[in-house]
Amino acid sequence: MSTARAIRAPQHGPYPIGLLTVLVTVAMLFSAFTAALLLRRTASDWIPITWPPLVWVNTAILLASSVALEQARRAARIGRNESVLNWISIGAVLGLAFVAGQLALWRALGNGGVFLASGPHAAFVYLLTGTHAVHVVGGIGGLSWAFARAQRGGFSASHDGLSSVIVYWHFVGIVWLWLFALLSAL
Amino acid sequence: MPELPKRNSTLEVLGVSVLLAAITLFTVIGFAHDWMPPVASRHGVGVDGVLRYLFRATGPILVIGAVAVIGFLWRYGRGRPTASPSTSHKTELLWSIVPVIGMMAVTEVGVVVKGMPVWEEIEATPPANALAIEVTGQQFEWIVRYPGPDGKFGRTSPDLVDKANPAGLDRNDPAALDDIVVRNQLHVPVDQPVYVQLRGRDVLHSFTVAALRVKQDVMPGIFTRALFVPTVVGRYEIQCTQVCGMGHYRMHGAVYVETPQQFHDWLSHKTGWLQQ
Amino acid sequence: MSEHHSSHERQSFWTHYVFSTDHKMIGKQYYFTAMFMALFATAWSLLLRIHLAWPDKTWPVLGRLFPGLFQEGVLLPERYLSLVTMHGTVMIFFVVSIALVSGFGNFIIPLQIGARDMAYPFLNMLSYWTIVPACLLMLGSFFVPDGAAGSGWTAYPPLSAVPEAAPGSGMGQTLWILAMALFIASFTMGGLNFVTTILNCRTRGLSMMRLPLMIWTLFVASILGILAFPALTAAAIMLLLDRLGPTSFFLPAGLVFGGTVLQHAGGTPLLFQHLFWFLGHPEVYVLVLPALGIAFEVVTVFGRRPVFGYQTSVWALLVVAVLSMIVWGHHMFVSGMNPAIGEYFSIATVSITAPFAILAMNLVASLWRAELRLSPALLFVLALMASVGIGGLGGVFLATLTSDIYLHNSYFVVGHFHLMIAVVTFFAIFAGTYLWYPKMFGRQLNETLGKLHFWLTVPGVIVGFVGMHFLGMGGEQRHLYDPNAYQFLQHLQWLNVVITFALGSAAVAQIIFLANFFWSLRFGPQAAPNPWEATTLEWTTPSPAPHGNWPGELPVAYRGPYEYRVGGAAFTPQNKPDFVAPSRAPVPA
Repeated sequence: MSTARAIRAPQHGPYPIGLLTVLVTVAMLFSAFTAALLLRRTASDWIPITWPPLVWVNTAILLASSVALEQARRAARIGRNESVLNWISIGAVLGLAFVAGQLALWRALGNGGVFLASGPHAAFVYLLTGTHAVHVVGGIGGLSWAFARAQRGGFSASHDGLSSVIVYWHFVGIVWLWLFALLSAL
Repeated sequence: MPELPKRNSTLEVLGVSVLLAAITLFTVIGFAHDWMPPVASRHGVGVDGVLRYLFRATGPILVIGAVAVIGFLWRYGRGRPTASPSTSHKTELLWSIVPVIGMMAVTEVGVVVKGMPVWEEIEATPPANALAIEVTGQQFEWIVRYPGPDGKFGRTSPDLVDKANPAGLDRNDPAALDDIVVRNQLHVPVDQPVYVQLRGRDVLHSFTVAALRVKQDVMPGIFTRALFVPTVVGRYEIQCTQVCGMGHYRMHGAVYVETPQQFHDWLSHKTGWLQQ
Repeated sequence: MSEHHSSHERQSFWTHYVFSTDHKMIGKQYYFTAMFMALFATAWSLLLRIHLAWPDKTWPVLGRLFPGLFQEGVLLPERYLSLVTMHGTVMIFFVVSIALVSGFGNFIIPLQIGARDMAYPFLNMLSYWTIVPACLLMLGSFFVPDGAAGSGWTAYPPLSAVPEAAPGSGMGQTLWILAMALFIASFTMGGLNFVTTILNCRTRGLSMMRLPLMIWTLFVASILGILAFPALTAAAIMLLLDRLGPTSFFLPAGLVFGGTVLQHAGGTPLLFQHLFWFLGHPEVYVLVLPALGIAFEVVTVFGRRPVFGYQTSVWALLVVAVLSMIVWGHHMFVSGMNPAIGEYFSIATVSITAPFAILAMNLVASLWRAELRLSPALLFVLALMASVGIGGLGGVFLATLTSDIYLHNSYFVVGHFHLMIAVVTFFAIFAGTYLWYPKMFGRQLNETLGKLHFWLTVPGVIVGFVGMHFLGMGGEQRHLYDPNAYQFLQHLQWLNVVITFALGSAAVAQIIFLANFFWSLRFGPQAAPNPWEATTLEWTTPSPAPHGNWPGELPVAYRGPYEYRVGGAAFTPQNKPDFVAPSRAPVPA
C-alpha cells in the first residue's frame, strides 16, 4: 500500500472523456424524448403526419457533412493542415445548410397545415427536429473552435480535440437517423 | 502553527454524548407516541400494522447506532491511549455483509410480508356489493355523485359544466336524470365496501381521508380509484393533499360513515340533480 | 495538460476575480453565490414558519416590508405557495447543489488529485457565469405580475402548464422553467469537467483506489447528474411548449378552467412525473453523497485514523448510484400509476438501504479506535451521523408503499427530506468549511465561535425536522396554507409553534457562522499549510493555495489517502515517499 506505484500518464488528453460525457448527456436527452414519444403514441388521437420531400434532401446534406468531416480527420492524421481547414469548412457549411433546410422544412409543414399544436405527432416532429437542430448548431460551434485551433497551429499528433468534435458530429447525425426513423415509423 | 485540538475536555465529551442521546430519545419517544387519528377502515388496520412494524424494526437500529457513536465518543474522545486502527480487509467485508443482510431483511419483510397483503386489499377488484360513488376533484371543491335508483352513472361532459350543473350532467342521457350530486361530502354505510371512482377536471388533486387511511391522487384524463370498508361510524374530514392552487388548503369536505338506516334515510331524501 | 500554470502574467480585476478560470476562485464564487441565495431562501422559509405557527395573526410590519406577499398583514395563500415553491427550488439547486458540489467540488478536486486546475478551465468559468443569470431569473420571478411560480418545486402539470390555473402559473412559472434550464446547462458543464478531471488529471501514483472518498463521491455524483438531468431538460422543454404551444404533452382533454374547456387533448400529467422523478431521485444522491464524502474527510482528519472500509465504501457508492436510477416511482405510489409497477418500485427502493447502511456504518465505524478531536468540523459530522440515521430509517416508512399511502405528501415527507438534503448537507457544508477554510482563505476560523455555532444550530434543527415527522403522522399535509382549516388537525397546532421556534432559533444562530466567516477573512490568524496535520494532497501546498496550486513540482502520490497512525508515524502525508532498501547487488569497485 505504501510503495510508489507510478501510473502511466494518460495516453490522451482530456477530450475523449469529455466527449463521452457529452455524448451520454445528449443520448439521455433523446432517450427521454423517445420514451415520451412511445408513451404518447398509445393515445387514441394520434394523427401521423407526412414528411415534405425536403426532409430527404436535408438528411443527405447531413450525411454528406459527416463524410466531409471524416476527410478532415484523415487529413489531420497525415498532417495536411490545409486540407483539414478545407474539409472542416465544407462540413460546417453543410451543417448550416442542414439547419436552414430544417427551418425550410418547418415552413413546408406549416404550408401543409401542420403546426406545433396540430396534434401529438406534429408536436413531436417540431420538438425533436428543433432540439436536434440546436445540437447541430452546437456542433457548428465546435467546428468553429476546431477551425480556429487548426488555423493557429494545427492539432497535435493525437488530434484529439478535432477528433472529438467530429465524433460528436457523427453522433448527432446518428441521432437524426434515429429520430427520422422513429417519427416516420410511428 | 498546528491547530489540531489536542485533548477534549470531559465536559465537552459529556455534553455531546448527552446531546446525541437526547436526539435519539426525542426521536424514539416521539415515534412511539400515537399521533394518528383513530383508524376507521378495514385496510387501515393493516396500514397501521405496517407502520407499527416499521417503528419496532427500525427503532432499535437507531438506538444501536446512537449507542455505538456515544460509546466510541466516550472511549476514544477523552485522550486515552488507543490501539492501532488497522483492520483487515476481511473484517471490513464482514461488517459490510452485516448491514446488508440486516437492512434487506428488515425492509423487505416490511414491504413484502407485511405490506403487500394490505396493498392488494386496497387495489383489489371491487366486490359486487360495493357502493359506487364518483368523486370529481376540481378547484376547489369535491363534486360527489351517486348513481341514483337506476344504479348507473349517466353521461357527463366538460362542456356542460357550469354553476347550475357542476357535474356536467347530460340531460339527454336518461341514466343521468336520477344521478345525485352533492358537494364536499360523502355519506356511506358502515361495514360495506365503498368504491370511489376519482376524476379530475382541472389540475391534480388528491382525495385523502386520514382516518380511513385513504389517499389517491386525482389525475385528469383517467379514472383513479379508492376502495375501502369503513368500520367505525363517525365524521371524517376529506383533505386535498396535492397542491392545486391557492384554494388548496380549503378544499375540504367530510365523509359521514353512518348506520345502514341513517344512510338509507339520507339517500332516500335525495333527488336527482337534474330533476330538481 | 492544463496550459496555464506558466502564465503568470498580471491579471486584471476582471480576469482574477470576475471571469476567473482558476478553479479555486470559481469554487469560491459558487460558494458565495450559494450563501447569497441561502439568505433569500431562509428568509422565505421564516415567513412560512411564522405564518404556519400563528395563521390567524396579522403582521403589519411584515406587510409593509413585503407588500406583494401580504395583504392587510396576512400572507396571501397564493404567495404562500410561491414562497414554498421558491424556497424548495432555490435551496435544492441554488444553495445546496452549488455549495456542496460546484463550490467545494471545484475548489478541492484539483487540490486533492494533484492537478494544476480542472481539465477545462474556460468551460468552468462559463459554467459559473451560466448560474448567475439563472439566479437572477429565479429571484426576479417574484416581481412579475402574478408573482413567482406556485406549483411546488416539483412543478407538476396541469397546474404548472396552464397559465390560468393559478396566480404563479403565469410568467413566474415560465421564468422558473428558463432558470432551471440554465441551471441544468451549468451543472452539466460542471459535471463534464469533474468527470474528465478526475479520470484524466490525477497526478502520478494516484490510482483510483487511492483517491480520497470526497473525490469518489463527487465523481459518482457528477455521473449521476449527467445521466439524470437530461430527463428534466426534456420535461421542462415539453412543459414550456404546453404552456406556449399549445401542445398537449402533459395535458389531457376536457380540462375546465373558469368555465372554459381548454383545447388540449391526449397528453398525460403522469409522463411529467416519470420524467421529473427520473431526475428527482438521483438528484438527492447528487446532494447526499458529496455530503458523506465531506463527512469521511472530516472523520479521518479529526479522528486520526483511516476510513473503516474504504474499499467497501467505494463499492457501496457505486451500488447506491446504480440503484438510485431505477427507483424513482416511489414518489408516485398514489399518483394513479399502475399498482404493480408501484410494487416493483417499493421493493427496489428499500434495497437501497443496504448499500447506504454500509456507508453509514463505515462512517460510524471510523470512530472506533480513533483519537477524536472535537473540532467544530467533527462536531457537525457527529450531528450529521444522527441525521443520516433518523432520516435514512424514516425513509423506509415512505419507501414501503403500504405505509406511504398514509404518509405521502404529509409533513413526514417534509421532515424526512429536510433531514436528508437540508440538515445532512448543511452540516456537511459547515464541516467542510471548518475543515478547508484555511486552505481557501489562508486564515483560521475562530474555534469557540464554531462550537457555539454547533450548539445553537443542532438542537433547533433536529427538534424542527424530527418534529415534522410527528406532525405528518398526525395527518398534517404539506403545501397547507392554513392548518386550522381542518378540525382534526387543530390539536396539533402546538407542534407547529414548537417547530417554528426551533427552526427560527437555528436560523438566527447562523449569524454566528456568518460573523465568524467574514470577520476571520480579514482578522483571523494566518493559517499554516497543514494546520490539521492531515494527509491528503491539498495540505501539501501553502494556505491559501496559490495560483497553479503548487509553487514547484506537482506532488506524487506514494500511498493511500488516510495513513494516520499507521506504520508507526502519527500521520504520513500521501506524497511522502517510501525509502526502498538498497538492493543486495554488490557495489562495483
